Order: sequence, then C-alpha cells, then structure tokens
Amino acid sequence: MSDSIAIELRDVVKRFGDVVAVDHVNLQIRDGEFFSMLGPSGCGKTSTLRMIAGFELPTAGSILIHGREMGLTPPHLRPVNTVFQSYALFPHMTVAQNVAFGLEMRKVPKAEIARQVKEALELVRLSGLEERRPRQLSGGQQQRVALARALVNHPEVLLLDEPLGALDQKLRKEMQLELKSLQARVGITFVFVTHDQEEALTMSDRIAVMNKGKLLQVGTPTEIYERPNCRFVADFIGETNFIDGVVIGRDGNYTVLETPEGLRFRGLATRPLSDGTQVTYSIRPEKVRLLAPNGELPPNGLAGTVMTVNYIGSDTRITVRINDRRTIDIWEQNTRSTLDRDEYWQPGEAAVIVCPPDNALVLSE
Amino acid sequence: MIKTAPATTASARIRGAFSEGRLTWSGLALTGFSILVYLFLYAPIVILVLFSFTRDEFGVRWTGFTFDWYIRLFNNPRMMGAAWNTLVVATVSTIVSTIIGTLLAMAMERYRFRGRNAMEGLIYLPIVVPEIVMAVALLAFSAIVFDVIKMVTGETLRRNLTTVTIGHIAFSISFVVVVVRTSLKNFDRRLEEAAADLGADSWQTFWRITFPLILPGIIGGALLAFTLSLDDFIISLFLSGPGTSLLPVEVYNRVRRAVTPEINAISTLMLILSMALVALSQLLQRRR
Amino acid sequence: MATIQQQQQRRDRIRLALLLTPGLLWLLLFFALPLVIIFVYSFMTNDALGRVVYEPTLNNYITIFTQSLYVNAYWRSIWTSVLTTVICLLIGYPLAVFIARSPQQWRMPLLMLILIPFWTNFLVRIYAWQIILANNGIINGFLEMIGVGRLTLLNTEGATLVGLIYGELPFMVLPLYAAIDRFDFTLMEAAADLGANKVQAFLRIMLPMTMPGIVAGSVLVFIPTLGQFVVSELLGGAKVDYLGNLIQRLFLRANPINWPLGSAMAVLMMLVLLVLIMMYFRVTSEEER
Repeated sequence: MSDSIAIELRDVVKRFGDVVAVDHVNLQIRDGEFFSMLGPSGCGKTSTLRMIAGFELPTAGSILIHGREMGLTPPHLRPVNTVFQSYALFPHMTVAQNVAFGLEMRKVPKAEIARQVKEALELVRLSGLEERRPRQLSGGQQQRVALARALVNHPEVLLLDEPLGALDQKLRKEMQLELKSLQARVGITFVFVTHDQEEALTMSDRIAVMNKGKLLQVGTPTEIYERPNCRFVADFIGETNFIDGVVIGRDGNYTVLETPEGLRFRGLATRPLSDGTQVTYSIRPEKVRLLAPNGELPPNGLAGTVMTVNYIGSDTRITVRINDRRTIDIWEQNTRSTLDRDEYWQPGEAAVIVCPPDNALVLSE
Repeated sequence: MIKTAPATTASARIRGAFSEGRLTWSGLALTGFSILVYLFLYAPIVILVLFSFTRDEFGVRWTGFTFDWYIRLFNNPRMMGAAWNTLVVATVSTIVSTIIGTLLAMAMERYRFRGRNAMEGLIYLPIVVPEIVMAVALLAFSAIVFDVIKMVTGETLRRNLTTVTIGHIAFSISFVVVVVRTSLKNFDRRLEEAAADLGADSWQTFWRITFPLILPGIIGGALLAFTLSLDDFIISLFLSGPGTSLLPVEVYNRVRRAVTPEINAISTLMLILSMALVALSQLLQRRR
Repeated sequence: MATIQQQQQRRDRIRLALLLTPGLLWLLLFFALPLVIIFVYSFMTNDALGRVVYEPTLNNYITIFTQSLYVNAYWRSIWTSVLTTVICLLIGYPLAVFIARSPQQWRMPLLMLILIPFWTNFLVRIYAWQIILANNGIINGFLEMIGVGRLTLLNTEGATLVGLIYGELPFMVLPLYAAIDRFDFTLMEAAADLGANKVQAFLRIMLPMTMPGIVAGSVLVFIPTLGQFVVSELLGGAKVDYLGNLIQRLFLRANPINWPLGSAMAVLMMLVLLVLIMMYFRVTSEEER
C-alpha cells in the first residue's frame, strides 16, 4: 500500500435546489485502500460517489483523481468505473458484450478484447456464462458481471454504490469476503458506499462516516468503533448507552461529568472540554461489567436492579435500572452454557454495574 | 349434486383463483355474463367473414359457398386503387409520425424547458378533440391554403392523398408520443450512466444503449400509427379528393347504397391485415 | 469553467430545439391553426354559392340556439352519448372484474380477445351489424323460424345504440381493467371482516378506488360518440339527425354548403364536451372523497 493519494475532495459542496446534499467535505483516499463511505440514506454518500464518477458536478469545491483536477470532465473521460446499486447491466447484451463494452469504447483491438473479457470473467469466477443475458443470471452472478465489467477497464479507482444491497443475507456475507479478497488481488482502490455498518466494519481499511451531508469522522474500523468522535457516530455504529450530563472537572486522563440527578461518570474525552459543557457519556453494553453486590461499591460502580434478562445465544442482554429515570444495557458474553445456571441473573435482583473509564467516552454534542 | 360436480370443477378451473377457489353464484353469473359479452364482440365478425363466401347477392343469407366475391373484388379497379391508396397513405403517415413523435417524446421526457406544460397540452389535445372537429378544421384550412396558392401562382389544387396524409400524421403524432414516452419512462436512466462510466460519449450511449432498448416502444408506436391510419374514416372522408378515394371511404360509399358480399370480402381482407399487424406487434413484444 | 458550462447549456438547447421543432411546427400548423380557423369561421357569413363571406356576425350561433333542428341534434347527441357511456360502463365493469380475477396466465389472452375486434376497421364493424340486423338478415331469419315474424331492427335508434356500444366497449374495458387489476381484493375481505355487506363493500371500497378507471373509460367513450355520424347513418338509417350528421352535411353535402354554420356547430360541440367533462370530473372526484 503506497502513501500516494488516489482521490482528494477539497471543500466539496453539492446543492440540489435548497437541499445541501454534501456540505463542505474534505477527504483523502489513499492508493490501494478499501475505503468505505457509511451513513444513513440521504446522508450524502451516494452524491459524493456520483460526483467522483462525474454524474453530478460539485456546486463548489474540487475533486482530484491522482492529483488531476476533474473539473467538468464528463463521466466517460474519467479514469474511474462504477459498480451500480442494482448493477445497471445492459439487458439487451450478453454477459460477454456487457464486459466488452468499456474496452470497445476505448477502441481496444478485437482479439485483445476477447482475451481481457475472458480474463475478467475468470477473475470473478463466471467463465462459461459468456453468452447468457443478464436476466438469466442470479443476483449474485449479476453482481459479478457488474464487477467484471468495471474491473476489465483497469480503472484507477473502482466506485461501488451499495453493490450488495440487493442480495440476501447469506450471499451478502459471502460476497463481502470475496470482494475484499478480490480487492487485495487486483490492488485497485475501492470506494465503497454502504449504509450497513457491519459491512463497512468487515471490509474496510478505512471508513468515512457521513450524516446530513457532513463528513463526521474518518478512521479505521477500530477507531470508528472504539473512539467515535461524536454522538451520531457512536450511535450509528454498534449499540451504546448514552447518558447526558455536564462536565464538572478532570481526574487524571479522564473527564468527569454529572447528570442532573447527581450521578457522576468518568470517561475519555476526544478533545479538551471546559467545565459546564453539555456532554454525552457513552459506553458500549459489552464494556459494562455486572457484579453481585457485596456491601461496598467498587470504583466507577453504581447500584441497581436487574429488570430484564434476554438470552440471545452468543450473549445475554441485561437491562439494569440505576434510578427512576435511567437504565443501562449490559451484554455479557456467554463464555459457558447458561443452562442449569440457577445462580444467573434474575429480574428484580440487586446488582452492581461497573463502567471502566478507559472504555467510556465523553462526547460533546 | 353428483351430476353437477364435473361442471363445477370445470368452471372452477376456468375461474381459477376466483374467491380463492370457492364457487359462488355471483362468480358463475359473472362468468356467464362475460362469455355473452365475448359472443357479442365476435358474432358480427364471424358472420361477416362467413358471408363473404355466400352465394346470396345481398350478402345477408347463406345460400351456398363461392369465391366469386373475392374474384370480383380483385377485378374491380376502383376498389384495388382505393386499397393501394390506403396502404400508401398509411405507410407515409407512419414513417413521418413515428420520427416526429419519437423526437417529441425524447424532448418531453428528457428536458425541462419553458412552455413545457403548453407543449404537453398541444400534444394531448388531438387525442381528446372529436375527430370530426379535426376533420372540418383541416378541410377549412386546406381550402384557405389552396385559395392562397391559386392567388399567388394561379394553379388550382384539389384535395388529394397528400392532404389526407398530412391529416393522418397530425393525429398519429400524439399517439406515437404516448407510446414512446412510456418506454422512455420505463427505461432505466442508470444504464446510460453505466455506459458513460464505461467510456461511451452521449452519441455512442444513445445508439448502443438507449435506442436498442426503446426500439420496441418505437415499433409499437409505429404499428399503432399504421393501424390508426388504416382504420381512419372521418378525416379520410373530409380530406380525400375526387378520384383519390381511400378504402374506408370507398366501403362507406358502397354500403350507403347497397349491401353486397363484395364488401364482406374486402372487409375480411382488411380484418386479416389488421390481425397480422397485431400478431406482428405481439411477436415483437415477446422478443424483448 | 463557466464557459464550458455555457457551452454545455448551448449544446443542450440546440438538441432540444432539434427534437421539438418538427413536432411543434406540425401540430401548430396542421392542428392548432385549423382549429383557430373554424373558430373564426363560426363568426362569419355564407353566400348563396356556399362561399365564406368575411362579415362578422353572431347569426350562426343564434340559428343553432333557436332552430329546433339544431337544438334537438345537440340534445340527441348528448343523450345518446350519455346512454352509450353508461351501458358500456355497466357491461365493461363486470367484464373487467372477470378478467382481473382470472388466473394470471389467462388475463392477457382475455384482454387481447377484447382488443382484436377493435383492431379491425371501424366501418367494417358497423357494416357487420347491417348484415345481422337487416330485414332479411340473421336475426329476422331466426325470429321467422321460431314463428315470431320479422321485426324492423335496422334503421332504428336502437340499432344506432347497439353499433355505438359495440364500437366503443373496448375503450371502456381497457382503463377499467387497468384500475381493477391494481385493486387489492383483500380489501374487500377486510371490509367484510369489519361488517360491510357485499354491496356496501363495493360502494365504499372498490368503486372509489377504481374511480380513475371509470373516469378514463367514460371520457374515452363519450368523446367519439358525441361527434359520430357514421353509425347513425349506416345503422340508424339517417332518419334523425345527430350533431355529426349535421356538421358533415353542412361541410360536404348541403346545397349550398355552409361552413360558417358548420364551424359554429363544431365549436359549440367542443364547448359542450368541455363543460360536460368538467362537470363529470367534479362529480366523480367528490365520489372519490
């Protein structure tokens, strides 16, 4: 993986009438990386992708591909190719004709086209289906044709617009792994748009999280999950307990906040926060520990009552009430069978929860 | 009970999923009624064809089989001339209205422009204006144009096949636009983006992707225009001149005087032509 | 950058102009302008040779409103068109339900069967009814055979009505089918479940939901029926005058021909059509609410 920049967005804005779809986005995508753009529908990720491809032009700002300013370059002259959301395969052409289309447009000699089409179809394991029409293929096969059709042109960057959205769960999981290994083999930069956080975490080298046109955070999957920089990112990726409060001071590395009813929590802040700032305390349910009460509260501990216990196989999900208005969710991994474990948590039982401050975050806004 | 059972299963099969397979009196009544309507629709046509082979010179009774009426028809220069005229008018009208209509459909479906709503109205108006109004309007218009030409060049023009063709094109355009627009609407614009993404410029994209995919719609529009022209009577009557009669007008003039099996024969031939056209359009649709 | 964008815009404008111009010109010249001409003609005068004299007058309209020949023709045409539309609706609705409720693979063939007669020449279809209804035709032959004796069937207003219904029925069935096919019949079960009987369920659920089809079909049937003159001539025996017969005669066959009066009739017919269709839309949209 080299350090050169494949795609750079400089202060890109896209407006559709009064709607700001993309709001001053700055972004650098490195050569050879699997880069995902993640966010809810309407967050601007697809608009961003379409601007890179050239289907839309930015209202302001500029887009560079390998240092070249794209400006008003029309899509057919850009060094990128796209895998479309529902593939957009040409229904009146065979698989081979679909894959050959881009090469024909570039006036590649016929023999060369035949060779490259064959190669591309081998790459996506579709050899033998050359003469089929798109509608005679399964969803997964269509997906591969779309991939081959784009990759055969050796684009500098491959853009993928929710390419797995139309597949069922099982196929989707398979394709995720396959796409990832394919990307490693061809070494082309992939820009992958998805609204599925699990998909983004599984596949990406880096993820950009977007909401309402704004780029919120860019980072590796671990960074995004473990160190979200705002409430939206923490909420959108995985699940988490949120507790609102006000900063009242610091304790070593930790920032301390107090809730309106006087509870205190400690966690890591991503940036310095002055006293009195309205903040949200966030801790993932699997990071909270649950203990039996033994008279004395441990550090960072709170007394509570078990309300519900839900067994879901790999985990048990427990909700603990800590006062009249607050509950905390805790996921305990079932490291051993809970069958015949009478001593396991029962609703109504008194319990103590411990929130380790190293695993908790204090987020502003 | 037992006796009615086979009939019940048969009609249940006919009605299939009706009321989830439950046989009801209302369902039976509906089926019976519908069969009667289909009979109503087909009886006249069957009788028409049948009586083109009758010996009866009034063509209303079966008095024995003969091919005479077809032979007389083919030896009737007036009828044959009218048939030829009809085909020429329909062909020219189809070609012109299909081209103009397809261009219009592209403009309406792909562009936003000032006066678009007014254009929309202008396109759909010929479909809702009664044909007789259009016919008299075109008649009056052609008379004025001829007067002007006479004043300027001194040449006396009469209504002829050209005037009829112009009229047929004027009402066919709207129908072509409707049909082609439907296929443009169903056309997935992302296919054009995909082509551009793969390096095709807008000209290549149109001829390699868009045109082949909306072609069935264009052919559908053309077939409709052809049939409308063949079928048209009112505008043909008002706009054709002496000696340039079209088939429907010729049939009309004959029928007003007397019924003869020769008319049955020509009608049967027209029926076969129409059926062949429908079959052709269906075939093309299926090949999609 | 701006100049490239401007270039793009100019290219788009040129393309649009190329697409629009032929159709726009044709429709303006051979459709809109002729309509304007007859509108102007309707306020002109006629001379004894049937030539249009350019002297503005309201006489044509006065004639139409005062002479019973014309007034009656309007009423007769309107009444016949309404009757034809209603009967087509009464026949077409159950038929469309039947097709929409048939097994999936039967629906298209059944619909095609409705269309095939419609693809034959209009005149031919009317002529076929002449054969059937003639004095020595099939029906009378049958009636004679069973001892009823011959009846006058052809050249009656009844025959006109039959011909009109026969000719226009497909125009009613197609939009009705489109609407009924979209209708979710489980809604009828939901209505029944909530205590509605069949009639109530039909009136409260199915009828309002299929109203767009009813409206489209009615308009499609009503318009050509209002202007027809062939059916009443060939099957009605031209015994009474409908709007279309009078207009045709005034333009082609009267002695002298009278285009200004014919134009006024045509203009008034369009007006009647406009008013009736607007009234109809008003009523049916209330029904839908």
